[in-house]
Amino acid sequence: MATKTEPPILSLRNIKKSYGSLEILHGIDLDIHAGEVVALLGENGAGKSTVSNIICGTIAPSSGTMTWQGAPFAPANPRQAIDCGLGLIHQELRLLPYLSIAENVFVGRWPKKPGSIDRRLMEEMAQEQLQRLGLDLPASRLVEGLSTANQQLVEIAKALTLNARLLILDEPTAALGGAETERLFEQIDRLRADGVGIIYISHRLEEIRRVADRIVVMRDGDKVQEFDSGDVPVRTIVESMVGREMGRMFPTFPQPRPETVLEVKNLCSATGAFEDVSFTVRRGEVFGIAGLVGAGRTDLVRAITGADPIRSGSVHLEGREITPRSPAESIRHGMVLVPEDRKLQGLVLSHSIAENIGYANFQSVAPKGWVRQRNINAFADRAIGRFGVKGQGQQNADEMSGGNQQKVVLAKWLAHDPKVVVLDEPTRGIDVGARSAIYEIIVELAEKGVAVIVVSSDLEEVLGVSNRIMVMAEGREAGILDRSQANDVSIMELATS
Amino acid sequence: MTAIAKNGPMKASVASLFSLRGATGPLVGLLLLSAFLSFATDSFFTSRNLLNVLDQITVLGIMAVGMTFVILIGGIDLAVGSVLALAMMVMGYMSNVVGIALPLAMVLALVVAAFAGVITGLLITNFGVPAFISTLAMMSVARGLANMITDGQQIVGFPSWFNLMAIVRHGGFLTVTVGLMFAVFIAGWIFLRNTTGGRSLYAIGGNPEVARLAGINVKLMTIGVYTMSALLSGLAGIVLAARLDSVQPSSGFTYELDTIAAVVIGGTSLSGGTGGIAGTVIGVLIIGVLRNGLNLLGVSPFTQQVVIGVVIAMAVAAEALKKR
Repeated sequence: MATKTEPPILSLRNIKKSYGSLEILHGIDLDIHAGEVVALLGENGAGKSTVSNIICGTIAPSSGTMTWQGAPFAPANPRQAIDCGLGLIHQELRLLPYLSIAENVFVGRWPKKPGSIDRRLMEEMAQEQLQRLGLDLPASRLVEGLSTANQQLVEIAKALTLNARLLILDEPTAALGGAETERLFEQIDRLRADGVGIIYISHRLEEIRRVADRIVVMRDGDKVQEFDSGDVPVRTIVESMVGREMGRMFPTFPQPRPETVLEVKNLCSATGAFEDVSFTVRRGEVFGIAGLVGAGRTDLVRAITGADPIRSGSVHLEGREITPRSPAESIRHGMVLVPEDRKLQGLVLSHSIAENIGYANFQSVAPKGWVRQRNINAFADRAIGRFGVKGQGQQNADEMSGGNQQKVVLAKWLAHDPKVVVLDEPTRGIDVGARSAIYEIIVELAEKGVAVIVVSSDLEEVLGVSNRIMVMAEGREAGILDRSQANDVSIMELATS
Repeated sequence: MTAIAKNGPMKASVASLFSLRGATGPLVGLLLLSAFLSFATDSFFTSRNLLNVLDQITVLGIMAVGMTFVILIGGIDLAVGSVLALAMMVMGYMSNVVGIALPLAMVLALVVAAFAGVITGLLITNFGVPAFISTLAMMSVARGLANMITDGQQIVGFPSWFNLMAIVRHGGFLTVTVGLMFAVFIAGWIFLRNTTGGRSLYAIGGNPEVARLAGINVKLMTIGVYTMSALLSGLAGIVLAARLDSVQPSSGFTYELDTIAAVVIGGTSLSGGTGGIAGTVIGVLIIGVLRNGLNLLGVSPFTQQVVIGVVIAMAVAAEALKKR
């Protein structure tokens, strides 16, 4: 257990981070002592990853200072942070599958004897570390085929052979089952007893009580609350995480009409990202999908619109089964997906806005397959005007702000009046003005009788725009809430169930 | 909020007027090269020599159109030279050994070439073999098949009209083969500019996932592109056979490199998404004029290789620098 009289091994003072004019971290103070586990909690986008990346030297803070074991600390890159004794265990594991456990543990700094790698020494040292972590496997085994839990432990072994005094575990249990989770916790207890400091980032709030000594809650780039014990009711944590933010305005949404437009029946992902999801969306309804990162929301909407394969289940549009097998089929039926990543999935950044809008609207600009640049430009100009894009058709997409790019993406897919529109994270990373413009577009769609699905990690946004909200948790449909019963706490409780 | 580049719209309109899609640099290079050769030699700037240049670039020009499509979608086709040889040998064998009519033999040659392209396309889209590898494999297979047909021997003795297609200048300047090349240029240019299929190639080259989500059938287009490249290689093979009045399985060796060079000199980016036929025509002309001019200047073939290599490197470096 930590004794507060000792100085912390790591302190952060007034750490800020900005991208351009946008400040995403507003002065964070944080202390970690040897032998304590600090849980760092918050919604998606609260700034947890930014903090851990700054500590690990992946990104540089805009201002503020860090102290590591009493000395000033400003790692220029991850290498320096590792050399100082920090270890970051990533959410996605970064092991080399076709090398042995021992080789992975010592990658890049293999023990050498003259002329070659000293395999025996390497494997002995790795084996010792594995035993310390209670992992009963030969160090000469290949990493390929190891369970996720064991891969986690290999990552931890790797960090420990670097004499890590502080470990950052980013969502270590996201892919673990109950028994595996408990084994990981036993190892964490052991590390704590050895005096290793641990920053523990997780969305699973129930496990915090079991593992954490202190809790730090972040929201929108601020540290909002600190609890000096891990034993805090989940409800209290959730309330602290979601907060009561003032002043965000949402337009009034119309009442949905009775007819069902879209029906999804028992849909299962081909990759196992989600299982057995069913729901319906009515004409003029805005249907929100909430959940944590990795809950399978994006996978679900991509599968519905034919972008990803499904294993079983069906999609019905206006009573007819359509179950699209490609985005092209989905678009032909009048169902469009506005994907979450406008830079990688929405736009060809090096091409002009007019071309980008044209790519999704060949049916309208060139019904017989015959393209005239004039038609593309005119069509694009109309779409640009209708969706309030600030820019010209000839401009390249990469010359625009994020908000404007998002409007171009919307214009691209909405220009030929679809029946169902799926918006995946429609306002991620864009400013307030562009946000409200996008909400206005959603209202307009709903008024016209379009069925709209909005996937968002922004709880307030889901609550503000949706008539009903489906909450997903770990690929399951955790529940569907009506607007009247939904609030941030009820959603978070379902999402972490 | 908006970031309008000050000269953005103007630049775009000038470029679209000439429709060179960034090939103005190569055009300037071609003009400078021609001007230099006109002064340095007596014979370069004569109608006879310029018509010769056109005759000499027919094979390269036809193949370069297909290669432009391939490179536009971010692919590469190393098999064009071998497919050219295979098509030649199929035509020669069918007409002179099997004994069917030559026009029919030409059609068969084109079918075989296109089939080779379908195979490569399927390997890329359905089996996930990278374009570099699948066309490398096809390069080897097609060359081997071409050799197997006559056990490496050439075939001669075509009807006289066949060779005359590459010799008789109709209206005083246009041989059938040169006319064919122009027809392919124009068809390729219209396809890329004015059809949804052509526009889709730009989208696929820009970002295949964006194209797929926008409802473009990326797989089908990819197969189509490799089929077209192989088909045009087959057509180039027929043209080469007419020019040589014979077919031999060693024809077209390393042509893939010349073809890629012409396309890249013409400003089509190897990373896909930008470029076009206008630039490729200029690239083909640069290579043709350079070869012709170096011959007129009496430069040895070995030195010519060095010069052409330097030109390729300089042309692409100049484009890359301009972008920065």
